[in-house]
Amino acid sequence: MAMSSKQIVELNVNGIPHQLLVEPRKTLADVLRDDLGLTGTKLGCEHGVCGACTVLVDGRAIRACLMFAVQAQGPEITTVEGLASDGELDHIQKAFAENHGLQCGYCTPGMLMTAHAFLAENPEPTREQICEGMNGNLCRCTGYQNIIKSTAAAAKAAK
Amino acid sequence: MKPPPFKYHACRTIDEAVGILDSDPDGSKVLAGGQSLVPVLNLRLAAPDNLVDINSIESLDHIRVQPDHVAIGAGTRQYVVERSDQLHSVLPVVREALSHVGHSQIRNRGTVVGSICHADPAAEMPAVFLTVGGEVTAHSAAGTRTIGSDDFFESYLTTALEPNEIVTQVKFDIPSGRTGWYFEEVARRHGDFAILGVVALVSLEGDTVSRARITIFGGGATPLRMTAAEQLITGAKASDIGGDLLERAAIEASAAVRPTDDIHASADYRRHVAGLLTRRAVTRSLERAGSPA
Repeated sequence: MAMSSKQIVELNVNGIPHQLLVEPRKTLADVLRDDLGLTGTKLGCEHGVCGACTVLVDGRAIRACLMFAVQAQGPEITTVEGLASDGELDHIQKAFAENHGLQCGYCTPGMLMTAHAFLAENPEPTREQICEGMNGNLCRCTGYQNIIKSTAAAAKAAK
Repeated sequence: MKPPPFKYHACRTIDEAVGILDSDPDGSKVLAGGQSLVPVLNLRLAAPDNLVDINSIESLDHIRVQPDHVAIGAGTRQYVVERSDQLHSVLPVVREALSHVGHSQIRNRGTVVGSICHADPAAEMPAVFLTVGGEVTAHSAAGTRTIGSDDFFESYLTTALEPNEIVTQVKFDIPSGRTGWYFEEVARRHGDFAILGVVALVSLEGDTVSRARITIFGGGATPLRMTAAEQLITGAKASDIGGDLLERAAIEASAAVRPTDDIHASADYRRHVAGLLTRRAVTRSLERAGSPA
């Protein structure tokens, strides 16, 4: 088995540049959580099924458990910690809070990041489009109805 | 830390990637979008010594629409292919099939070529490749060769590729004549792997079926061409393809698949669905080809 040695990785997360020494086998999700302390990004299945680790890479939603940190050098990475500004929740976070879009909250960061990318491309979605756009994220509380409602409310609030 | 240790190579050229593969063919894996490989690594089902990352090879990121084929580079992401209007205008089945590949987050990273090379028998892109026909271009230290779609898939997750080869692009043939298409899959959740699915292209010359390609995926160790069903309708007049002929095509398809039982569905159910989807694929493809069916 090959020994993997650490290498310097430069990441731009929520507008802040970081220089880190990590093993190439470390996923972006693990580096965000363990090395940068950004534990808002959750890990569920760690093989790309549940969506809890969804973050934005240059505005596109991706699974942070299926990308190595060493591959994420260059683009702008956005995590759930990057959404609120000056302690003020953004309009999607507010819509989730106001519409009971979360129960235990574990899937919420992934849901929020997916909703961000989805609404950026579909500013006036139908309910069907929301269901399809959000279906890569699992909610173990099964609170899907209010997640769909929250996403619709966020679209309305952005108008 | 999920995956076992590996040496990471961010390759800038095809030659560089081919060189690493050639130095250790059995201990190396090519990393493109990573949406199939990284789960395998995270679950420690594979432990390559070398990970050959081809994401930074710029020449691999392209979609080229030619008169008779479309070439897609090994670095081109599924979401880019999905949104290509130029490709859609000549091969509309691709966009429909891609909308079923994983979820949007997967398609933002995953590549069309990677999905074909991974050769999951229940995946959409291998079935599309087999249906539309075409070839992959494979590079190794020994040179370049092409492998046709009919010779590419060998078994479950197994292709005709050698361990020291890298696929740099796939070509999809563009059908000639008036061609209708169909895609459908039965899955527990939109975006999940199919319990069973169908891809079809049916071409007409006048009122006669000149060419039929029907592929069932999720029904065996590879995507499977329904050649008996294809032969039944090829040469038939579209207006004659009705109840009796469709029933026979469905029976042929049910007999041609080699499904197994799993927690999602029984083999018998899959055989039933194979017939149903084949019948529907023929009917709807003929409609789309612009003939009353």
